[in-house]
Amino acid sequence: MRARLNRWFASRWAKPVWFALSLLPLAWLVYGAAADQLGANPAQALVRATGDWALRALCLVLAVTPVRTAFAIPALARLRRMAGLFMYFYAVVHLLAYSWFDMGLDFDDIAHDIAKRPFILVGFSAVLLLTPLALTSFNRAIRALGARRWQMLHRLVYAIAGLALLHFFWMRAGKHDFAQVAVYAVILGTLLLWRVRARMAALPRGITAIFLRARGL
Amino acid sequence: MLIQTNSQGLQNPLPSEITDRSVYLRRRALLRAGAGAGLGGLAAWAQRSAFAQSAVVRPGKLAALTTQASHVDAANTMEKPTAYKDATSYNNYYEFGTDKSDPAANAHTLKTSPWSVQIEGMVKKPGTYALEDLLKLSALEDRIYRLRCVEGWSMVIPWVGYSLSELIRKVEPLGSAKYVEFISLADPKTMPFVGSAILDWPYSEGLRLDEAMHPLTLLTVGMYGEVLPNQSGAPIRVVVPWKYGFKSAKSIVKIRFTDKQPGTAWNKAAANEYGFYSNVNPTVDHPRWSQASERRIGEDGLFAKKRKTLMFNGYEAQVGQLYAGMDLKKFY
Repeated sequence: MRARLNRWFASRWAKPVWFALSLLPLAWLVYGAAADQLGANPAQALVRATGDWALRALCLVLAVTPVRTAFAIPALARLRRMAGLFMYFYAVVHLLAYSWFDMGLDFDDIAHDIAKRPFILVGFSAVLLLTPLALTSFNRAIRALGARRWQMLHRLVYAIAGLALLHFFWMRAGKHDFAQVAVYAVILGTLLLWRVRARMAALPRGITAIFLRARGL
Repeated sequence: MLIQTNSQGLQNPLPSEITDRSVYLRRRALLRAGAGAGLGGLAAWAQRSAFAQSAVVRPGKLAALTTQASHVDAANTMEKPTAYKDATSYNNYYEFGTDKSDPAANAHTLKTSPWSVQIEGMVKKPGTYALEDLLKLSALEDRIYRLRCVEGWSMVIPWVGYSLSELIRKVEPLGSAKYVEFISLADPKTMPFVGSAILDWPYSEGLRLDEAMHPLTLLTVGMYGEVLPNQSGAPIRVVVPWKYGFKSAKSIVKIRFTDKQPGTAWNKAAANEYGFYSNVNPTVDHPRWSQASERRIGEDGLFAKKRKTLMFNGYEAQVGQLYAGMDLKKFY
């Protein structure tokens, strides 16, 4: 099974299939808007759905490494860059949907809105911080930066995950409706915790013991 | 040949759908007015209510109500009524869920018969009033009101009811009564979200007595010429068109007259966001979003710029004097 998965993810079909799958949400939304399937307030439905998909894509990106390691499917690493770029894509479409449908592309109004509403500011910052990551996603950028610096830069994704979650939490705070926020928080928290543990396991045994003792664990 | 029988009684046109005889007799004058004669325009203006009503299509889903035209000032906006499907599938009714599609999906469990409204507090005639008696208390009128939700969207809804003042006069408030409190049904057996931490249940709302007595404040039993669908607050609710929608309590079981400003559901949940007055006001923003503009459901296209929100939702001429001298930024 594992060998088959590895073979499949390493095959030349993996990327085109992943690409097509990643476009399905957008295709559904475009169809829904054209065929009037998005309910009484299609503008709001589009803004919310693109935000949801950006958040789901974020979970997916952060899941690549843990799943790859825990289930020993190294070939999964091939899809990580595309997953990250699709996260950026849905985040940008989300920002665009808000700017167009909610703000009528009035850039004065948008600037005021970002300054005025903390949850908009937080969401906007997340897209802003994602931009350098998207811009340095190709091989030459990695080589130019050097692996170490590139990796440091791309650790920004953890800050972005926090901002995205805060953005979603604030959006739902108006209705005290945190069930979905909690689901994403648990997923992102688990993925982060896995990294902390993996990091600690990678440390030499003695250092880990000292660290744990210092923490009273 | 079309043969009408008694069993088809409900298919007869609403009285409000039939052009008034006086209007019919002046049809030529009205046509001339339409052609642009300046003076004739006044005659057309006087009949605007009949024109507005002719735009309402009865959906034919629920029991029809017998109604008459309203003579209350600004009772009928000329704006295009929202599609029945949109008005009944996109709304807030937290007892049935927080998503705007939840009420339509879940409210079928609401039991609207038998129903009675308890009138209590500072009145000469407290007591329990059966829905049937409330329906007969005054003639039902058609009222086409704008509805502005605090979330930034709006609709135009043809309601059916009569001015709440009719009921208030019947129960005779004491001189000491200054406020009216509305309590909605909170039945955990039929309302799945009653008991959730979102709000303090039962849902309660309130008005100052002079607001409640304003002829535009409607004790509402129907919409689009039929009884209210469950998700829209059946069988009886209030509609206060110059305030944000949440001020218009649904499925009312109790009306209480008091001398103290009552606590209201959203004010208790977030006092800095939802005030007791909650008048529609484009110049006072919600802490988390602007109230300067709104999206008209079903009308403002995806790429259309949102429309400007009007002071008191466009009812300033009728209700502005209620708030003369008040700092509306303080009393939001």
